[in-house]
Amino acid sequence: MSTGQPYRLERDARVARSRVLNFTFNGQKLTGLEGDTLASALLANGIRLVGRSFKLRRPRGIMAAGAEEANAIMQIGSGDRAIPNPRATQVQLFEGLEARTTKGWPSVKFDLGAINDTVSGVLSAGFYYKTFMYPRRFWDLYERVIRAMAGFGIAPDEADPDEYEQQNIHCDVLVVGAGPSGLMAALSAARSGARVLIADEQNEFGGSLLSAAPGADGDLSGAWLAAQIAELESLENVRILPRTTAFGYFDHNFLTLAERCHDHLPVMQRSGVRERLWRVRAGQVVLAQGAFERPLAFGNNDRPGVMLASAVSTYLNRYAVKAGDRAVVFTNNDSAYQTAIDLHSAGITVVAVIDARSEGPGEIKTIFDALGIPLMAGHVVCDVIGRQAVKGVQVGRRVEGASETDIAMTLRCDLVAVSGGWSPAVHLHSQAGGQLHWDDGLKAFLPKPNDAVHNISVGAGNGIFNLKDCLESGVQAGAVAATRCGFESVEVPLPELKDWTQAPLEALWSVPAAKASGRPPKQFVDFQNDTSVSDIRLAVREGFESVEHVKRYTALGFGTDQGKLGNINGMAILAEALGRAIPEVGTTTFRPAYTPTSFAVCASESVRDLYEPTRTTAMNDWHQAQNAPHEVVGQWLRPWYFPRTGEDMDAAVARECRAARQSVAMMDASTLGKIDVQGPDATEFLNRMYTHDVDQMSIGRCAYGLLLGEDGMVMDDGVMARLGPDHYYLTTTTGGAANVLSWLELWLQTEWPDLKVHLTSLTDQYSTIAVVGPKSRAVLEKLDCSEDLSASAFPFMTVRPATLNGIAVQLFRVSFSGELAFEVNVDSRYAAGLWTAIYEAGGAFDMTPYGTETMHVLRAEKGFVIVGQDTDGSVTPGDLKMGWMLSKNKDFIGRRSLARPDSRRKDRKQLVGLLSVDGRTVLPEGGQITEDAPIVTPMPLLGHVTSSYSSAALGHPIALALLVGGRKRRGDRLLVHSANGEVVPVEVTESVFYDPKGARQNV
Amino acid sequence: MLLIECPWCGQRDESEFSPGGEADIARPLQPDQLDDAAWADYLFMRKNTKGWHRELWNHSQGCRQWFGVERHTVTYAIRRSYQLQEDTSPTLTEDEA
Amino acid sequence: MVQRYSAFSLVKNALSGNQKWQRAWRDPEPKPHYDAIVVGGGGHGLATAYYLAKEQGLKNVAVLEKGWVGGGNTGRNTTIVRSNYLWTESSLLYEKAMQLWEGLSADINYNVMFSQRGVYNLGHSLQDMRDIERRVAANRLNGIDAQMVSAKTLAHAIPGLNTSPSARYPILGASYQPRAGVARHDAVAWGFARAADALGVDIIQQCEVTGFDIKSGQVTGVQTTRGPIASNRVGVVTAGHASVMAEKAGIRLPLESHPLQAFVSEPLKPVLDTVVMSNAVHGYISQSDKGELVIGAGIDGYLGYGQRGSFSTIEHAVQAIVELFPQFSRVRMLRMWGGIVDVSPDACPIISKTPVNGLYFNCGWGTGGFKATPGSGWVFAHTMAHDKAHALNEAFSLGRFESGALIDEHGAAAVAH
Repeated sequence: MSTGQPYRLERDARVARSRVLNFTFNGQKLTGLEGDTLASALLANGIRLVGRSFKLRRPRGIMAAGAEEANAIMQIGSGDRAIPNPRATQVQLFEGLEARTTKGWPSVKFDLGAINDTVSGVLSAGFYYKTFMYPRRFWDLYERVIRAMAGFGIAPDEADPDEYEQQNIHCDVLVVGAGPSGLMAALSAARSGARVLIADEQNEFGGSLLSAAPGADGDLSGAWLAAQIAELESLENVRILPRTTAFGYFDHNFLTLAERCHDHLPVMQRSGVRERLWRVRAGQVVLAQGAFERPLAFGNNDRPGVMLASAVSTYLNRYAVKAGDRAVVFTNNDSAYQTAIDLHSAGITVVAVIDARSEGPGEIKTIFDALGIPLMAGHVVCDVIGRQAVKGVQVGRRVEGASETDIAMTLRCDLVAVSGGWSPAVHLHSQAGGQLHWDDGLKAFLPKPNDAVHNISVGAGNGIFNLKDCLESGVQAGAVAATRCGFESVEVPLPELKDWTQAPLEALWSVPAAKASGRPPKQFVDFQNDTSVSDIRLAVREGFESVEHVKRYTALGFGTDQGKLGNINGMAILAEALGRAIPEVGTTTFRPAYTPTSFAVCASESVRDLYEPTRTTAMNDWHQAQNAPHEVVGQWLRPWYFPRTGEDMDAAVARECRAARQSVAMMDASTLGKIDVQGPDATEFLNRMYTHDVDQMSIGRCAYGLLLGEDGMVMDDGVMARLGPDHYYLTTTTGGAANVLSWLELWLQTEWPDLKVHLTSLTDQYSTIAVVGPKSRAVLEKLDCSEDLSASAFPFMTVRPATLNGIAVQLFRVSFSGELAFEVNVDSRYAAGLWTAIYEAGGAFDMTPYGTETMHVLRAEKGFVIVGQDTDGSVTPGDLKMGWMLSKNKDFIGRRSLARPDSRRKDRKQLVGLLSVDGRTVLPEGGQITEDAPIVTPMPLLGHVTSSYSSAALGHPIALALLVGGRKRRGDRLLVHSANGEVVPVEVTESVFYDPKGARQNV
Repeated sequence: MLLIECPWCGQRDESEFSPGGEADIARPLQPDQLDDAAWADYLFMRKNTKGWHRELWNHSQGCRQWFGVERHTVTYAIRRSYQLQEDTSPTLTEDEA
Repeated sequence: MVQRYSAFSLVKNALSGNQKWQRAWRDPEPKPHYDAIVVGGGGHGLATAYYLAKEQGLKNVAVLEKGWVGGGNTGRNTTIVRSNYLWTESSLLYEKAMQLWEGLSADINYNVMFSQRGVYNLGHSLQDMRDIERRVAANRLNGIDAQMVSAKTLAHAIPGLNTSPSARYPILGASYQPRAGVARHDAVAWGFARAADALGVDIIQQCEVTGFDIKSGQVTGVQTTRGPIASNRVGVVTAGHASVMAEKAGIRLPLESHPLQAFVSEPLKPVLDTVVMSNAVHGYISQSDKGELVIGAGIDGYLGYGQRGSFSTIEHAVQAIVELFPQFSRVRMLRMWGGIVDVSPDACPIISKTPVNGLYFNCGWGTGGFKATPGSGWVFAHTMAHDKAHALNEAFSLGRFESGALIDEHGAAAVAH
């Protein structure tokens, strides 16, 4: 059967030959098979060129088969479901997939940006620091060009339609990676009874086993693998998570895993959440992430067709895809010989194996030699022929210590399979604070055991590259992890496997270049960022010697593969250039994310309506029914004003204000913080916290309460009511409620634990209805009030328990408007009903509900401040003319700070009133105040407008302000400046505009 | 993401707690007796220890108790949580800090 | 003769295979004595040394760095530069820095890529808008370019910004500073190092200061891992580690060191050509020249010298960004990292003499240090050279914590750095 996929082989693999999938690549219609990745499908179609490099725009092909791929950066899908930047090697193919390349203009094949490559000498490491400086403003121009050339994918242009979620989970043992060692670790821990979580980034468990040549010795990818997975699936104490990447390892064994739930399905079949964040707190972690094969740094080693040897094997064995027809294998270690054997057995010509080692391979030679593949030991590939695809290689003899060599021969080929050794994936170990040590035999950084963080690295991730040993290390680690969690370890039998003796790897960090007259070709280290061997050497020449400097100067490791492909080579080349040993140069810190992770999954559900909790009061339905717009005050939504048909905000507020001043109005004040304070030491405690003499309050009295920070600045205010000998009721500002409770608790628990006091928040349990205006008493009297509300029986600033229509309430005679007013505190379960009852009882007086805006106008007319609006953390009670609130009889929090020199300055900013001279202009809130003088910047700023409203009661605008030396400036003419540069002449006045004697509230 | 042991509730995730900074700062008994420098020292100056640090935490999303924790400010390891009233151990020695 | 950087030099060197580039700065052995020592080779320290040599005429100057220059917060921030602070003291200091930024690349012959793409500070509540009005009005009177913009203008100026009135925290408007922007952080350290070196400053890496020599209240030198070095003028600019250094000198500082985290996305095609900051919805974002979205998170509340913080802080920042820019939801986070910021009680720096004569501290920049780099170095150099604060840093003394004259950007400005 012809699949239309010229590079697909007829052999057993993990793709479903009968399930042909259609997809497009840059608009071209292609097919692949179920089980393919986008990369394997592209290769099956013979597509080599999949991208362009970042800086030099060189043509690039697929190099790897997994997370380390640096070239095949794609744009998947379009519109609001587009995904920018996934690697083709990690995208599972599905019916209807649309993929586009992300670099190259007008196309990836013909890219005008490729001109960069022809002037690459100028574009050496750090070139941009050395130019574009003159003339100064030209940088803007240069930058625009640079930005247009940068970037890979395109962000979707609309909001994400998909859903995401997070789940917290605890487990005894978390196993990261389900390759041979990870599976064994999970199984051995699970059999002992431990709660096990095992995650793997791929769609199938098996790791490196999935790439094994079918039927070869050591092939466990068939029945054995299936049996292990089946057992894990059958155990109730095991949760298996395929397509799940552990991307972050944080303190105290907290790991974050991103599960991709449905991106691999055709769009029509997707349902539920797209991705799930697992927030895992693990007892023990087994790190079984495997290792990354390293490329070799030879001339033009970035040409499409140069691939990692292991990737060539993976495409061949797992996907039945040949990456080329004539292969050259170039290696410095034994592992690539398996690739040569795999290729040969698949019927692909292996032109030669070029082994940099003069001795050739170890025991694998016995198989290899029988195949008759030419072996060129002691040779290297110096250069690659071909630009958009490999056409051949130039091979030279390797001479120890020489940086150049003569070309011995040119080999015609279309595929170069490269292995420069293996680097364990130590990322998570390092994120967790683990140290690394250099193994000079393996030429690799290995994780140092790190007992402090309760994790164990196993398998290839711990530098174990022999399958038999990998399985054993997994079993052991699983047992140790389970034992540490208090379980008894159990035996896990392992399959019989041959122990292959390997010949040691030989370091070959930079390959000798071909002797030539011209400039030697570039040898790439970081493929995505075009960091070459010469760039690293240049950085050293310029004095950048620390690995962090070199990385930053050359961009080594800053690509989207985060250096998985090139970092170790880069560090080794740096070490060579510095003449130091690799461990002296050191490695850099690995940071999350292990692989790029969507913002969406990190944000999970906490977006849109769930971004932040929304708090509304018990009367909210009523407010909504009145179409009252809301004001956002912290988490609260408060009614702002209650417009009648055809009214704008100004008209509504003016009407509401008139009602409060002339008849009666009501406000939902439930958002005020409420704290119940009880205990034998309640009086003493509050006396230490509040500025006034709490101990002199009689039962039933209310007092204005002021809380200061220990720095003497006003922190919060409210009403304090004494309900009994050892019982107080505090209100706080809406925004300050939680802070005040915490503040009180802090002092009570840490400083004065001997005081017997209980603090209970009642903010949600009680609702508050303010009934305000000359007719407020009459309204409440209509509600069958249990108390005598007359001025003499129930004076201003007192509190009484009462019933209204039989409902128990705490009735406060306090006023934030300057009018006769009552604040009804009622159990929130009755609040909506009582609100309606009061509203209806007030019908005869045209009861008017009002919102926060009218509340502000009424209080500003009286010069009452709002903490947080008229104060800003730098205001003392004295600045607010509240010095009278400070007891002289006792210490209280913040008192000492008021004696500091700066707190006693005479020219502090003080609260004043301001009137616009024209009597019409409403001053801008926040407007800055200066002397009445021409504007010369910078000019002295004297303060700012804190509150400003149009006053219906007074018939003109009013404002409050904080003004330098304000109290002595009464009558002064000053200027107020808005943010838009408008200037308004003002006159300084007293801060109380309405009923300065306070007669109206005292009736 | 710290795992913090509340002396009352047991081990809980960091997100249930609020940090309260350096422990063992007692409010002067007679603030009036202090000069401005001594008051500023109490008010603002902090050890800001790099190493083992005694600090306050509040189980703000739980039992709302304040308690003490000895935590290393570089490794973030926690070696002890304690109830403030029950803590009789001396403050950290120079070496430990 | 120091090699001059230019397009011409790039071509010339390219023709010789880039083999002839000189070291960007020397690698000298420490001398036994210097006229002034700057402890800490971050951006601020290197700028201090540069201006000591350039403006104050001190040529015998050393910068002592325990690791490698620019390895601390200089290379770990979100690179935002602005000067639209609320209080006059702050805004004039940051404006001095802004003016230096504007000529910096040419001045130090190193392209720090200062890109004046503008900064928006969003307002989400009526109180935010009052604060913005107050700050913008103050900025204008202080001679700083600042504007107030409406939600409608924002919708046009910043495509993709969620200006829907039904957002959880609807955007009501913003302040805008056109001259603000971003710069390439590493280049600032390297550029100042190279320029200071060219003026004779010794930049000594791998040289940790282990103690101060103090005789009768006067500093006489420092002890280092490379031996004692004498100087009766020592400026300490060690960001997150200021308290650790102060303790060695027997000084107490009002600082707490906290983790501050940031992260970048994978590189994207240009999608955001300005800087957007939000305090209520805590997060700030810009797009680098490379195409990465650069995003700042909040500080972690606990003390931390670990250069890492908690994932929940990252989650909150991501949520904020997705809330502000719903189209970035499917963009992927590439790398997160942390720095150590030393936070003062009023969130303003300390650039000050100390109780020890000849010993100066420059610290407490909190989350806002990068943008001040040249200005900080400039005033600190003046302070060290004259043993007296410049008018621009007079208010930022250590003494303010005793007198109570704090510059409360913390309580008042309500603006993320």
